[in-house]
Amino acid sequence: MQVSNECRLEFPSKSSNEAFARVAAAAFAAQLDPTLEELEDVKTAVSEAVTNCIVHAYPESVGRIRLKMRILEGGVLEIAVQDWGKGIEDVEKAREPLFTTGGEERGGMGFTIMESFTDKLRVRSRPGRGTVVIMQRQIRSRQRRP
Amino acid sequence: MTIHSDYAGGRLTAYLSGELDQHEARGAMRSLDGLLDAYLPRDLVLNLSELKFMDSSGIALMIRLSRRMKATGGRMWIENPARQPKRVIDAAGIDRLIPVAAGSL
Repeated sequence: MQVSNECRLEFPSKSSNEAFARVAAAAFAAQLDPTLEELEDVKTAVSEAVTNCIVHAYPESVGRIRLKMRILEGGVLEIAVQDWGKGIEDVEKAREPLFTTGGEERGGMGFTIMESFTDKLRVRSRPGRGTVVIMQRQIRSRQRRP
Repeated sequence: MTIHSDYAGGRLTAYLSGELDQHEARGAMRSLDGLLDAYLPRDLVLNLSELKFMDSSGIALMIRLSRRMKATGGRMWIENPARQPKRVIDAAGIDRLIPVAAGSL
């Protein structure tokens, strides 16, 4: 698999970094000449993944979040969001709509929205060790559009 | 994000602008709770025409507001969502719980 560009960012799990992470992802994606709608999709998915780390992986503390972005063949943007926090006991359950451990301030729609705004979503998690969410989104360059 | 509002004839319209994520959601909920406490409206309209970005934190906030309005026999609408919030609302399927109006009511 050919990787034409990549970038890695690390930041603490502070909620003010939600906006930073989605703007950074959009800035990296910009080289693929995306439409505004595609940029919104990337920002939305990244916002959800990073929020999960802040709220669920590190509920009582501030930990590290790594955002790894790569551009793959055919204009596919891959974004991995990794934490070394609590982990998810049951990934299948966590991906179900309306399931949340976050109380009424969370709606349990994070994974549902990540799935709707990306083409592919993989989740690997080990309780006590952390979680990585890997998302892929095809960006059809505006110049290559009919 | 910022919220401004107007109230007339039992209807409170709250205009949300900026970006609504988890970082902003708690403050937004506090402001909206404060407005509901002050006006006790029969109808609540959330106008999202100036909301540039929203994620599932916004969905959770809307579900909470809708429950609060229903608990007191009131009604709630979402009005005129900008494109990105509209797509998040559609993906979450909350338009089945909370009516979404494209134009001004």
